[in-house]
Amino acid sequence: MKTLQRAVISAMLVAAAGSSVAPVLAQQSTAANAPLAQRAPDVLVRDLSNEVLETIRKDKSLQGGDPAKLNQLVDQKVLPYVDFEKMTRLAVGRGWRQATAEQRQALTREFRQLLVRTYSGAVSQVSDHKVQLRPMRMAATDTDVVVRTNAVPSSGEPIQLDYRLEKTDAGWKIYDVNVLGVWLVENYRSSFSSEINQGGVDGLIKSLIERNKSLDGKKA
Amino acid sequence: MVLATALIRVRSVPSLLRMLLLALGGALAAGCATIPPDAGRNPADPWERYNRHMSEFNDRVDRAVLKPVAQVYSDYLPTPVRDCVGNVFSNFGDVPTALNNLLQAKPADAVSDICRVVINSTVGLLGCFDVASKMGLPRNDEDFGQTLGWWGSGPGPFFVWPFLGPSTVRDSVGRIVGFYTDPVDYLEPTRLRNSAIGLRLVDTRASLFPAERLLERAALDRYQFVRDAYLQRRNNQVYDGNPPRPKLDDWDDEPPPAAPPATGLPGADQPTVPVPR
Repeated sequence: MKTLQRAVISAMLVAAAGSSVAPVLAQQSTAANAPLAQRAPDVLVRDLSNEVLETIRKDKSLQGGDPAKLNQLVDQKVLPYVDFEKMTRLAVGRGWRQATAEQRQALTREFRQLLVRTYSGAVSQVSDHKVQLRPMRMAATDTDVVVRTNAVPSSGEPIQLDYRLEKTDAGWKIYDVNVLGVWLVENYRSSFSSEINQGGVDGLIKSLIERNKSLDGKKA
Repeated sequence: MVLATALIRVRSVPSLLRMLLLALGGALAAGCATIPPDAGRNPADPWERYNRHMSEFNDRVDRAVLKPVAQVYSDYLPTPVRDCVGNVFSNFGDVPTALNNLLQAKPADAVSDICRVVINSTVGLLGCFDVASKMGLPRNDEDFGQTLGWWGSGPGPFFVWPFLGPSTVRDSVGRIVGFYTDPVDYLEPTRLRNSAIGLRLVDTRASLFPAERLLERAALDRYQFVRDAYLQRRNNQVYDGNPPRPKLDDWDDEPPPAAPPATGLPGADQPTVPVPR
């Protein structure tokens, strides 16, 4: 548990310096010039990580943990490959059915902000991590997979990082992240359902907004 | 709650209790935790009221006693020294790990663990350097709680020990057995043993600072977040990284209602009167 924070950032923005394990199966193009979204899910995870690490290494202020720049990095590089609506929907659970369209939008927006604000604060700690893909079996027709990786720091033990991805029209998208055995969506599920039980969907939205405001006030 | 997490690794109750009780002071005068109205409904946590109070108590002890010490440890000791301390204790921990791998009928892992102990204790200078990992013998993580899970025991209710933190009924049995297989508990003289236990505790606590900062930001309700993370992580450990995958229900199939539902609608998700928190 030494580097849990690093690990979680690794999950979101993980990057490899020359990770060498080839993907087990790639039914889509893995050529370097194929757009990221069209690649096989394990290749997507590995290459996205490479890109993000590269960006962090080149930029001193990112390494220092500048919050505005980090948020920008996440918004531009990472979020296009994450399906936040699905993540929010799964975390909210039964309450989603009773939520109006506006409430759903508000939930997705606030949950996304919460995750970005929370986890991008630790990104500067992961620049020394290498990512290795763990073996993965996948059929050509699968639309929902788990990509397993290890984040290996220069000193310390490898951290288990898994991702759940779904194949959408826009390519593979991440909708759940697992760090050291803990799936993010499942972990937020009880908090959210408890909030909904106490104050309804609006109560949950209010809590998220308050939490985001207090995070904005804190130094990253 | 982070005290709790740190203390998961501490095994010897009697010496630890003695140490902490000596320094306890005003933490005992703490008030009680806020209990949400739906506490106890979660089937995995029927003792939620007690657990929340105990977690609050543990947090206060942590803030009063352990955290300041760990902060000094973290601030004044250089990283390589702290890495060395961590590695020495992990080396000790590989002995019960090997034993539990045998109990789980994983002879290859058990042999690997024994090799790790031998290599790290000799070439790695009593465990200070984790040479074995670099030689391709990765560190395993097994304890008697996991062994019981492997043999088929479910976790049982979530239960927070005073000082030692979150556990389940199964893991508590595992922890008690673990006290007897922990090499640190067999160190002589007593003063060395107590110092070692104290040092391990402080080192573990210091290593959790990054996680604690993250927890403060990420969680809407700290107790819940830590409890659910603990339960998920234990399940993951029992199955060595491949737990059975429950499929989460996806509620996509219904379009949003045209207007907010009228009050008086039966259902747990939309109470007619919001309950004050």
